[in-house]
Formats: sequence, C-alpha cells, structure tokens
Amino acid sequence: MDAILLQILNGLDKGSAYALIALGLTLIFGTLGVVNFAHGALFMIGAFCAVTFTNLLTWSHVVIDDTRKDFLGNPMKVDVPYIIDWFGKETGEALIDWAVPLSILFAIPVMIAIGFIMERGLIKHFYKRPHADQILVTFGLAIVLQEVIKYFYGANPIPTPAPAVFAGSFDFGAMLGFDPNTIIYPYWRLIYFAFSALIIGAVFAFLQFTTFGMVVRAGMADRETVGLLGINIDKRFTIMFGIAAAVAGLAGVMYAPINSPNYNMGMDFLVLSFVVVVVGGMGSLGGAVLAGFLLGILESFASMAVVLEFIPGINQIIIYLVAIIILLTRPRGLMGRAGVMED
Amino acid sequence: MLGLTKRDFGLMVVVAILALAAPFILNPFPQGSAMAQFNAGYPDLMQRLVIFGILAIGFNILFGLTGYLSFGHAAFLGVGSYAAIWMMKLLTMNVIPAIIVSVLVAGLFSLVVGWISLRRSGIYFSILTLAFAQMSYALAYSVLTPITGGETGLQPKTSDPRILDGALPAGQSPSANLFGFNMSDTSVLRLGDWSFNFNTGYYLAAVIMLIVFYLSIRIFRSPFGMMLRAVKSNQQRMNYTGLNSKPYTLAAFVISGMYAGLAGGLLVAMDTQVGAERMFWTASGEIVLMTILGGAGTLIGPVLGAGFIKYMENIVSKINKTVLEQWFAFLPDGIEDLLITLVYPFVGKGWHLTLGLLFMLVVIFLPGGLVEGGQRIGKLFRRKKTDTTTKTPPAE
Repeated sequence: MDAILLQILNGLDKGSAYALIALGLTLIFGTLGVVNFAHGALFMIGAFCAVTFTNLLTWSHVVIDDTRKDFLGNPMKVDVPYIIDWFGKETGEALIDWAVPLSILFAIPVMIAIGFIMERGLIKHFYKRPHADQILVTFGLAIVLQEVIKYFYGANPIPTPAPAVFAGSFDFGAMLGFDPNTIIYPYWRLIYFAFSALIIGAVFAFLQFTTFGMVVRAGMADRETVGLLGINIDKRFTIMFGIAAAVAGLAGVMYAPINSPNYNMGMDFLVLSFVVVVVGGMGSLGGAVLAGFLLGILESFASMAVVLEFIPGINQIIIYLVAIIILLTRPRGLMGRAGVMED
Repeated sequence: MLGLTKRDFGLMVVVAILALAAPFILNPFPQGSAMAQFNAGYPDLMQRLVIFGILAIGFNILFGLTGYLSFGHAAFLGVGSYAAIWMMKLLTMNVIPAIIVSVLVAGLFSLVVGWISLRRSGIYFSILTLAFAQMSYALAYSVLTPITGGETGLQPKTSDPRILDGALPAGQSPSANLFGFNMSDTSVLRLGDWSFNFNTGYYLAAVIMLIVFYLSIRIFRSPFGMMLRAVKSNQQRMNYTGLNSKPYTLAAFVISGMYAGLAGGLLVAMDTQVGAERMFWTASGEIVLMTILGGAGTLIGPVLGAGFIKYMENIVSKINKTVLEQWFAFLPDGIEDLLITLVYPFVGKGWHLTLGLLFMLVVIFLPGGLVEGGQRIGKLFRRKKTDTTTKTPPAE
C-alpha cells in the first residue's frame, strides 16, 4: 500500500510537467490548428527565465571587506549583490533565496512576449500550409532557440535551487498512519504539483467563465462563423498563443529546481508531451491534462523494482507502448473529439 | 537506355561522374593553401556524403512520393548497423554478408513498424514512428545491452568467433574488408601541390549508391511510383476508386526502411562501431532535414541535401576564431572585431544554429528545397532569354 502511494506521488510531479506542456500544445493546436514542435523549447526558455532572474538578483559588485583576511593577510574581496545594498542584508538575502518563485513574475511577461513574436512573426504565415510544413518549421525554430540558449548559457546544466524553506522532505506516511520515513516526498515537488493544478485550473476557468474564453471556445468550434459575427478572432487566438507559451514557460520556471536547466531539456519533454497529447486526444484540453498525469504515474509505477524484475526495461518504454496501443485501439485518444485531425 | 528516358539517363550519368570523380571534385584547393580547409576529399567525409545520400534517397521514396512524414527513420539505420556489426563479429569481416543482412533485418523491422504505424496518417503517423524510434533507442540503451552493448556500443574484438575467417595473425586487429581489400585502404595521388585520396570503402559505397539511385529512378517512373504519388495527392479519392492504398504505402515504407538499413550497414563497414545514439530522434530529424533541404519528391534533391549538410557540418564546424581572424585580417581592426563577433556564433560549435536557421529559411521561402531554388534561378534566365527573342523584330 505505502509503495503504491509513493509511486503515485512520484508520478505526480513529472505528470504535472507533462500535463502543463500538453495543455499548451493542445491550446495552440485547438485554436490555431498548428502543430508546434517548438513548444519544448518554450518550456526550456521558461527554465532559463529562472536562471536569468537568479543571475539578475545576484548581480554583484566587489567590496573589500576589512574584517576578514585571506590567506595572504590582505583584506578579502567579497562579491556583494546590489540587491543587498538596496534592501539591506535581511531582505536582500531573502529575495535571492526566493529567486525561483519570484522569477514567475519575470517569466510571465517574457513568455507572453515571446509567444506573440513567434505567432505574429512566423506561425501566422503557416496556417494555410500543410501540417508537415508546420512541423518542419517549428522543428527548425526549436533547434535555433536551443542553440541560442546554448550560446549564452553554455551546455552544462545550471543548478537553480529552490528556497531553503522547501529544501526538506515531507513525511506523508506519518500523516496517514504508516511507519515514519516510508512515504517521504520533497516539499518542492509537492509545491510543483499544487502550482500546476492551480495553473491548469486557472486556464480552464479562464476559458469557461470569461467572455473572452467563451469567444475563444466558439472560435475553436467554428472559426469562420465567429469571424462572420464581426469578432476579430485572430487577435484572440494570438493572445491564446501567448498564454500557451506562458503556461509552458511557467512549467519550466518551477521545474528548474527539480532538474537543473540545460539547453536540451525541452526536446526530451517535447517528444513525451506529444505522445501525451495524442494519447489524451488531439484538441481536447481535458484529455491532455488527464493523459499527462496518467502517463506520469504509469511511468513511475513502471520503474518500481518489483515491476522491473518481471519486465526489465519497461520504465523506458511504457509511455510509448501505451501510446501505440491507444492509437491503434482508440484512434481519437482518450477524450478526442470527432472531426479533429481525422485525415 | 537501361530502361530510363533520355533525361533520366543523363541525370544518372551526371551523378555517376560526380560520384566516381568525387576525390578530384571535392579537393579543388592545393594542400597547404589558405583554402585547403574547404577541401572535402578525405575518405571519412566522402564516405559519409554517399552513405547519407543513400539514406536520404530512401527517405525520399517514402516522404517525397507518399507524403508520409516519418520521424523514426534513424531506428532503421541503427537496426541495420547492429545487424551488420553482429555479422562481422560472428561470420566474417567481409562486408558483403554484413551489408546484405543489415538490409534484410532493417526490412523486417520496418515491416513490423510500418504495418502498425500506417494504420494512421498525418501527424499521428509521424508520432507513431517517433514513438517506435524512441522505444528502440531506449531499449538499445538499457535492456538490450547484451545485444547492443548499451552505452559503450559494439566493435569487433580479436576474441570474436568469426567462423568464416581464419585466425588472425598475432597482434593484428580485425578490419572490415571486401575479399581482402581493406575498407580503409587509401591510395594517394600527388599532382604538384594537390593530393587526391582514393579510398576503397568510398568506392564501394559510391557504387552501391549509384545502384540504389538507379533503383529509385526506376521506382519514381514506375506504375508503382505513380500509385504512391496518387496517395500523396488524394488518398481518399484513390480509396473511392476501389484501390487499397495500404499495400503500396507499406511497400514504400519497407523499401525506405531497407535503404536506411543499407546505409546503416555501410556506416559499419566503413567504421566498425555502433552506438545507440545514432537511433536518437534528432538523428531522424537530420534525415528529414537533408531531404527537405535538397528538395523532397525530386530525384536528385535528397542526394544534394545530404551532401550539403554533411559537407557544411564538417567544414563549418572546423572554422574557429583563429581561422576567422585570418580571413578578416585585411580589414581595419574595428571592423575586423565586429565581423568576427558577428560571424563567430554561427561557425565552429555554433554549426547547429546555422543549420536550424538554414532549415527554417528553406521551409519558409523554398519549400521545394535546393532543387526548386535552382529551377527558379534557371527560369529567371530562361524568361529573360525568351523575352528578348520575342521582342526582336523579324528580319526582313
């Protein structure tokens, strides 16, 4: 029992990342009808927003500290971040410690801007082109974005720690009446899950309960009619692209402490997220989220030692295997709508 | 001739001349000159040019004719490579059985993958093939380590059985050969400052490339090829006329898988080692890049694309800061520094950035690839010519 609970918990954080990326992919596909292979790169850029923001906060100047001496007896030179000069030691250090959560504020405008530029500058011109062309051009864009990041930040992963408060682990087992230390779970992953649930809820609420969201949903169902009613649906879809980019970016920001950002991380997630989207059903937002969590949890179950003893290596391929089976038995995916990408 | 129309035969002859004379054509600059770094006439690169040419020709039979975009062709390349290396380990270092078996195994594997993947079309097909390729990659890396060597990969060892070969003389390591001709043998022809390399392995690969290129022309011009084109232009209408398109697409898939297997076998024949990373999905992406860049659906396009990418990869990634400084040395200091900072991100380690940009530009502006570019330029000149002829008043 406790082992099963542990695996479900373990699956949640990866599942959250899959769900967030798949949600963005589906938003873009559902509104614009574009298959965006650069979405993983957006996730990666989000993670690097966290890195950039941390760098900005710790931007420092050298101060000679007379109280301490280095081994030669000279006064020691210490890097002091400007932020400590401005806000005082306490506040400054707290701000630096909380760099990752704070970089959400930085990432949202940046990601929305990147989304706008991508849509207006490139993807707009590909609505009428075949899907193969869309895949190819966004694939090229993904390579370019990745290489640009690599040029500025290098090829090595950059550790980006979470605030010290969340460094420990949470003992779930003790709370639920199991032996202590059987089910422990890092705080940050718990927060990641809560955060992604919040984002997913916000996106759904936005689409469901606002006039803007209603128009967008109408546009997803029948773009032409909405256009005929005198609504500028293109403008709204562009905004949705920006939101989808922001969702992927936020997923990346919060993932930075779990997995140190490197320029390649987007590609790994992209392939899996595509599989998630297909399993969930192309164009179905609920399906994307459901399949994201489902596959994340399945993956963590498959990496249990007991399962691996039976079927070695299953943890490596389970997601692909499930995708193949689903596509062959339920071609529309778990919650796919009729008439979406049926060709 | 050879069952080809005059035009195709002309194309075939041009390709044959280019392939056989490649050691000369790719080495236009004398050794030791400043331009020598643009020479591509060394065996390793020439082999890669033709082998990836084969791969792209095969991919083009699937993508160019039927429009099915496979993102998993690297898996067939990898499977072919593993089959070839096992033949070398178990049977003989002669490359013939290795190449034949690599084609057969890749064909069987692509039959299975194609049979399943081709139930769906469009983006679903792309994702299914991608899933299969990633699965093969993950398996080769982890569970199948006894067969694939896992992270370290495979290479022939002196302790391998090799039942058809005699015992190796002591102190000699096994090397791939064709009835005694060593694949890595290179004879060098020196003419003045120039030196040209003639490599056994390259010529084997080039001859095989010519054979499969001929085959692909025949496929393009055959009724079978016509069927595949019909699938691309309107599969629904084809089905309504009572034709089952599945056998045709499956055949195209298996043929292109066999081409990929052949390329994999040849890669092993030239350089006897295999690692799982050649099955990674970026490798599949590279195959797509080559075909699109050259021009999907054209005969010569994929070969051009493969050659172009592999050449640029080797040459551009060799350019470093000192080379750039040499180039721009004649300029005033300020402009020199500016140019170097501008160009530097795109060369050397930044080669992938250049590749990505190039690829985007091609997809955006030249969906037909280099071939279409050539045609457009050709048309530009021809139109001018016809314009002038029509405007000239008839001679009295």
